[in-house]
Amino acid sequence: MSVLTAEKLKSFYVLDILGAEKVVKAVNEVNLEIRENEIYGIAGESGCGKTTLLKALYASIEPPLRLISGRVFYVRDSQEIDVYSLSKEEKRRLRWEYIAYIPQGAMSVLNPVIKLKQTYRDFLDSHVAGKTKKEAFDMTREHINKLGLPAKILDAYPHQLSGGMRQRVTIALAALLKPRIMFADEPTTALDVVVQRGVIQLLKGIQEILGNTIVLVTHDMGVHANLTDRIGIMYAGKMIEEAKTEEIFGNSLHPYTQYLINSLPKFGDKGSRESAPGSPPSLVDLPSGCPFHPRCPYAFDICTEQMPEFLDVGNHHKVACWLMKEGKDAIAS
Amino acid sequence: MVRVVKDLFKDYRFAFSFSIFCLLVIFAALSTFSPYDPTFWFHAPRNLPASWTHFLGTNSKGQDIFWQATFAIRNSLIISVIAGVVSRVIAVLVGLVAGYRGRTTDRVLMFISDGLLVMPLFLIIVLLAMLVRERMNLVNLGLLLAFFGWAWDARVIRSQVLSLREREFTQTAILSGTGTLKLVIKEYLPFVTPLVFSTLINNMSWAIGMEITLSIVGLTNMDIPTLGTMLQWAISYQSLLLGLWTWLLTPVILSIFLFIALYWLSVSISEYLDPRTRVQRVGEK
Amino acid sequence: MQSLLEIKNLTKKFSLGSIISRLRITAVDNVSFGIKPAEIFTLAGESGCGKTTIAKMILGFEEPTSGAIVHKGRRPKKREKVWFTQGVQAIFQDPFGTFNPLRRVDCYFFEAVHNYKLARDKKEAQELINRKLKSVGLSFEEISGRYPSEFSGGQLQRVSIARSLLIDPSLLIADEPVSMVDASLRMSIMNLFKKLREEFGVSVIYITHDLATAYYISDRVAIMFRGNIVEMGPVEKVLMEAKHPYTKLLRNSIPEVDPGKRWSGKITLSDIEHEEYLREGCKFAGRCPRAMDICKREAPEDIYVDGILVKCHLYRRNRILIKDGKERQNSQHLK
Repeated sequence: MSVLTAEKLKSFYVLDILGAEKVVKAVNEVNLEIRENEIYGIAGESGCGKTTLLKALYASIEPPLRLISGRVFYVRDSQEIDVYSLSKEEKRRLRWEYIAYIPQGAMSVLNPVIKLKQTYRDFLDSHVAGKTKKEAFDMTREHINKLGLPAKILDAYPHQLSGGMRQRVTIALAALLKPRIMFADEPTTALDVVVQRGVIQLLKGIQEILGNTIVLVTHDMGVHANLTDRIGIMYAGKMIEEAKTEEIFGNSLHPYTQYLINSLPKFGDKGSRESAPGSPPSLVDLPSGCPFHPRCPYAFDICTEQMPEFLDVGNHHKVACWLMKEGKDAIAS
Repeated sequence: MVRVVKDLFKDYRFAFSFSIFCLLVIFAALSTFSPYDPTFWFHAPRNLPASWTHFLGTNSKGQDIFWQATFAIRNSLIISVIAGVVSRVIAVLVGLVAGYRGRTTDRVLMFISDGLLVMPLFLIIVLLAMLVRERMNLVNLGLLLAFFGWAWDARVIRSQVLSLREREFTQTAILSGTGTLKLVIKEYLPFVTPLVFSTLINNMSWAIGMEITLSIVGLTNMDIPTLGTMLQWAISYQSLLLGLWTWLLTPVILSIFLFIALYWLSVSISEYLDPRTRVQRVGEK
Repeated sequence: MQSLLEIKNLTKKFSLGSIISRLRITAVDNVSFGIKPAEIFTLAGESGCGKTTIAKMILGFEEPTSGAIVHKGRRPKKREKVWFTQGVQAIFQDPFGTFNPLRRVDCYFFEAVHNYKLARDKKEAQELINRKLKSVGLSFEEISGRYPSEFSGGQLQRVSIARSLLIDPSLLIADEPVSMVDASLRMSIMNLFKKLREEFGVSVIYITHDLATAYYISDRVAIMFRGNIVEMGPVEKVLMEAKHPYTKLLRNSIPEVDPGKRWSGKITLSDIEHEEYLREGCKFAGRCPRAMDICKREAPEDIYVDGILVKCHLYRRNRILIKDGKERQNSQHLK
């Protein structure tokens, strides 16, 4: 059952720097379908457009970012809601109760001069009317305990907690009203590795308890391997491969994905590893045809002319690459 | 350079204020063609209204107001430029060195600077002006105002340097072997320039204001025409009561335009130079 | 072979807080290790373990509270500029912070050449700079006249490495050099460090919290926790046969790039910020799955097991205790 769908989504940054117009094609025609009760990961290098995609899915588009074309709709109680046709008030009601967004560096949203329990209470008050102080506190404490965090932290100020705890508390805050869809933008970046594990543990716990959907954006493939059910790989504003996590790691089809997986260091293996040659293209000045062709070892003529379609090649494994169509013979030759 | 000016002109405030300022400077430059010596009196009939021979009429001292005004603007600008530039140089040197060196150097310099801030400026300037009244000329007044104008901005520059010192490119410069003075000028000055420019122009405004104030109180050399002295003479000859509008309004309107032009120049230039917007523009081909 | 760098009983204490509540935190607690020429040595640990503070003290940017730092057999004088005298250079975590965003990157190269008197004229300088850039996979034409914002993170980090190579350093301190670079581009920089060691004989102190990359390039590794080195030795032994419980935790917390090997158990994290620093006894005792009574009372000593240094009470029994430079058979039985 799909809970969030994006159709032909195009969202660009239109900048005006000193009279010259620059268009950054951050999300360049993306089609997505995300189901309920799953963790969907969006992977890719920085500058590939994944954060913009998340913003577009969450409908928080503000100039200079603009929606050029396409639709995003949620399915709530078997009804389709076209997110971009909602009024501001309707969007506000959806937020936090139905969809939640955890931005990068989330821990800085905690107000440093009030205790955590007050932060939680303020959050509750602005969405759920009529709770007494005690009811709010009990609800919060129960929620925190269920997620495996100690209740004593509620009496603390943010600066007294360690960085990892702050991040987890903020994520728990986002989950307080039991949203059906949670968007998380790089929740583990810039965190220590042990803290990272704690955050991943927490996200998994939330998903298990609430049975909801989490859309996770990160460039760290290790995090994807440990947390997600399905992964979509983005490159230069386009979705180039999407499949179940096991498929991506075990049987990736797009050359970029293969580079991505093979360049990661593994324990016990000191053999030499290589990154993909060159660098990702600028989103202002995209190459013609398939954006990966300048760096692709298999590129042939049609790759420089036309963008391949995002096709299902079986087992819900989708790839956008001419190798799939034209072929395997082309590799041999 | 041409590109910079072209970019600046896109801001309407800069365009307007720059044109006004240019006009005022041209007006001041006209003083070289003045047929009358500004310090002499009675070279024309008194209290004449505006006419073709005397564009703005004459005042009660028998001087042509138009040509007086050209000198007034010229001298006021000279005073403010001297005050502004000299005080900037001091503020920048003190701020950069104190911020970067820290410890004793910082303490000593800030002690001096704080002392100047806390002193009742106006009283002391009045006192000093009274003492040196005979020898008060344009340059001396400019230097006097400069001496009192650097303290605040030195502190502001110092705090910016304190934060820049913690950034990693400071360490890169140190590891590349750069010494203190060179480092501070090459690395930090570009960040500090918008501050310097906007405070320069503010300082110029302040200097003109102080000059007018001192003149009204009668402490500067009344023979040298400046905006302040013109105003002083106009007031003491009861121009308001006598209806000598041109004499009274000329310095007033010129001052107003000057202040507005300086203010808008400072705001538009400092916005343009702000490192945050500059970084966005950098690397444009 | 003379050791390139010796750290002996290095300690650094900081005072935090206001007049009302002052905390004295020991950021680096009695740390000792040595670096040989042409060796990649990793200082690994989470944030707050003291590794960056050690780097700053080696470079001379911070004064140690006690202990000695010996470069090539000589202790530097107070405020001596070791980058001039000892050939020490550093590269930092954020490539975009390493360079002044308002200056062109080649300025730093020319300045270094001028300050260290590496060339006689501009032409020679340019040749030298070009050579160093080629060794990191770039060229002078590529960087000439450009600002930091025109490069990608990975490229800029390589420019930073090239700059540090100008003086032919013998020791390079790399503080989290790839944590801000995309995961897919990290390997090119890691391979570069390997090349520096093999072709130019440069020693690298690699500071990180990512054990996977540490495993890939280092010869030896020291695991740090809240100011102490808790385990140190050849990287293969320390990371594949972890002895200290913290090393095990760190090692197991690295997400495996394989969906078949997901984590099963759960872990506990520290909650309150400075709690662990001020703990008596072993600082890890609060979270250690194998903590004993003695761990909460007494801080463990440095014990050598199998050629690896471990700071843990678990290994006190039946092992040779090396204390004060003298070997003593451990005849005391402890609880």
